[in-house]
Amino acid sequence: MNISRRNWLSIAGALAIALGVSASPAQAQQPIKVGMSMPQTGSLGAGGKAALVALKMWVEDVNAKGGLLGRKVELIVYDDQTNPALTPGIYTKLLDVDKVDLLIAPYGTVPTAPIMPLVKQRNLLLMGNFSFQVNHTVKHDMWFNNAPWGTAASWFDGYFIAGQKLGAKTIAFLASDQEFAQNLANGAKELAKNGGLKTVYEQNYPPTTVDFSSMIRAIRSVKPDLVFVASYPNDSVAIVRAVNEIGVGPDVKLFGGGMVGLQFTPIMESLGSLLNGIVNYNSYVPGMNYPGIEEFLQRYSKKAVEAKVDPLGFYLPPYNYAIGQMLEQAVTATKSLDQKLLADYLHKNEMKTIVGPIRYGPDGEWATPRVVQAQFRGVVDKNIEQFRQPARQVVLYPDQYKTGDAIAPFEKARSGK
Amino acid sequence: MALSFELLQEAVLFGVLLGCFYAAVSIGLSVSFGLLDVPHVAHPAIMVLGAYCTHLLGRYGWDPIAAGVALMPLFFILGVGIYRFYYETFEKRGSDAGVRGLAFFFGVAFIIEVGLILAFGVDQRMVEADYIGRSLAIGSFRLPWRMLVAFGVALTLTAALTLYLSHTFTGRAIKAVAQDEPALRLMGANPVRIKQWAFGIATAVTALAGAMLIIVGPVEPSLDRVYIGRTFCVVVLAGLGSMTGTLAAGLILGISESIVLMTFGASWAPAVAFGLLLVVLGIRPQGLFGR
Repeated sequence: MNISRRNWLSIAGALAIALGVSASPAQAQQPIKVGMSMPQTGSLGAGGKAALVALKMWVEDVNAKGGLLGRKVELIVYDDQTNPALTPGIYTKLLDVDKVDLLIAPYGTVPTAPIMPLVKQRNLLLMGNFSFQVNHTVKHDMWFNNAPWGTAASWFDGYFIAGQKLGAKTIAFLASDQEFAQNLANGAKELAKNGGLKTVYEQNYPPTTVDFSSMIRAIRSVKPDLVFVASYPNDSVAIVRAVNEIGVGPDVKLFGGGMVGLQFTPIMESLGSLLNGIVNYNSYVPGMNYPGIEEFLQRYSKKAVEAKVDPLGFYLPPYNYAIGQMLEQAVTATKSLDQKLLADYLHKNEMKTIVGPIRYGPDGEWATPRVVQAQFRGVVDKNIEQFRQPARQVVLYPDQYKTGDAIAPFEKARSGK
Repeated sequence: MALSFELLQEAVLFGVLLGCFYAAVSIGLSVSFGLLDVPHVAHPAIMVLGAYCTHLLGRYGWDPIAAGVALMPLFFILGVGIYRFYYETFEKRGSDAGVRGLAFFFGVAFIIEVGLILAFGVDQRMVEADYIGRSLAIGSFRLPWRMLVAFGVALTLTAALTLYLSHTFTGRAIKAVAQDEPALRLMGANPVRIKQWAFGIATAVTALAGAMLIIVGPVEPSLDRVYIGRTFCVVVLAGLGSMTGTLAAGLILGISESIVLMTFGASWAPAVAFGLLLVVLGIRPQGLFGR
């Protein structure tokens, strides 16, 4: 058969049209883009990297199941260096250049706070990531925080109840001079006042503080019953060391409360026995069993070792995986990526996650908060595996998870006996 | 909080220790920026690199101070290399080398920071030694040993550098190159080689400062950013190129920060330190000990 040049062109044209037609659904099958910034360097970098491992695990899991709405899920992440000045620019790029479908907030209060006006102005759903009270004044009704705390009271109740049981009358505050710690400390001061505790010392320190010896000495001189510390990871380590060197005196009954960093395995391992006696907040400690969490932590541990991040991952990773699970549940149920529909669904329904069921209040925080206050006990030096044992962090609060009462005074608890 | 006499005494004592630490982390910059006029903003990044190398040696059982001393020759070579590159690509080419050199050293700092993140991750690193986490009790005072170590290292470095710069031929040549480079050339000495040597010494000293940095507290790759302002503040306050001045400026900064912390609050401490710098520069533009 002899095919003329014109016929060849016709065949080619027909093929091109046919391919074009079949390509249309393929274009519709573009991945669902989930965008976020994550602190991967700077003071929250260690936590952020661990959280990212968990989010990537969710993306792998959901894609293995065929994706969402028949489309693959793609995670677009930029490093915000724990720098709040960078996050508004990154989220603008995610929305206007990368054209993401869903947004997750960066880990932490400080990098999240500056993007709240942006998401409110554009009416976007934002899944919060362990920030504290960033929606307090903005009042965005499409904000859903994965953190198990709500108001300041939810955070401090455990610490103060433990303190009051020990007959505490006075309190000292030491807080970093930044958004998160100040929100935390101001809430705590209000509660302390209402609870009849007298504030005998207040110190806000700049995040660049090198040495805390002077502050610990000053706390020791005023002999408080409770010492509430609201600090970020770098400061937390320096404060624990200074306490060990200078001592806070025999009068202090409880020390700790809001120290970020003492939940991260590398820091726990480095500080070792210096942690003993400290009562601090947490999101999860071994012994709190939710369906799926142990299986998740086992899989996470393997990936974390490869990624050189927190190998235990109790604090942030399960809650980051839960963000993915909540998005998955909302998108699947509403069969939509419409921000308003998704927000409505999240407001009205209970979410099933590996950190237990979550129901949201009108402000986008957990309707029933669940901040754990636990006391470090019997911790020895240079041993990661010990932290898998429930006995190393004894839960003082909330009551349904309680595994013991606080040992006081702090100096006695510190001796690890 | 009322400031009792005892607390004031303690504030001054802690201030002296903190000040010596500031002096020790700044003294390398006092040579590279103060004497050689090199806009060495990568100084704190090199110090953090020294801290990580100390941490690495610590894993093999090295004492942090011994590790810092052992690293000095390696860092000397690193410093010589960095200066040679800077000289060939920037300084040799003309008068605007300063501004472009600033960009070069920022680049060096970023490369070091990113390299550390790739090699070690972003977690904090620490070292262990008998003198870390313990304190010396004198009456009711308790002085952390790690700060006393910083105190000792700062005094030793200041004394050693002062003696070296005033009593050795090369030391005097370094001072000469800072004062009048063309005159040194006329004397038959090669200013570039002298500067290269001096930059090597500054970098070697920074390795020891890095060891001290990780003794005093945990380090992470971006820690250098915290120290850029403080180290330059100490060197400028001292008067460019004065070693004893650097120690004195560190002490002034440390004591003022410590007293302000005890009286007005820690948030005011950096403001007072930099306010002090502005006042001193207003009265003595050449710094406290500059000529």
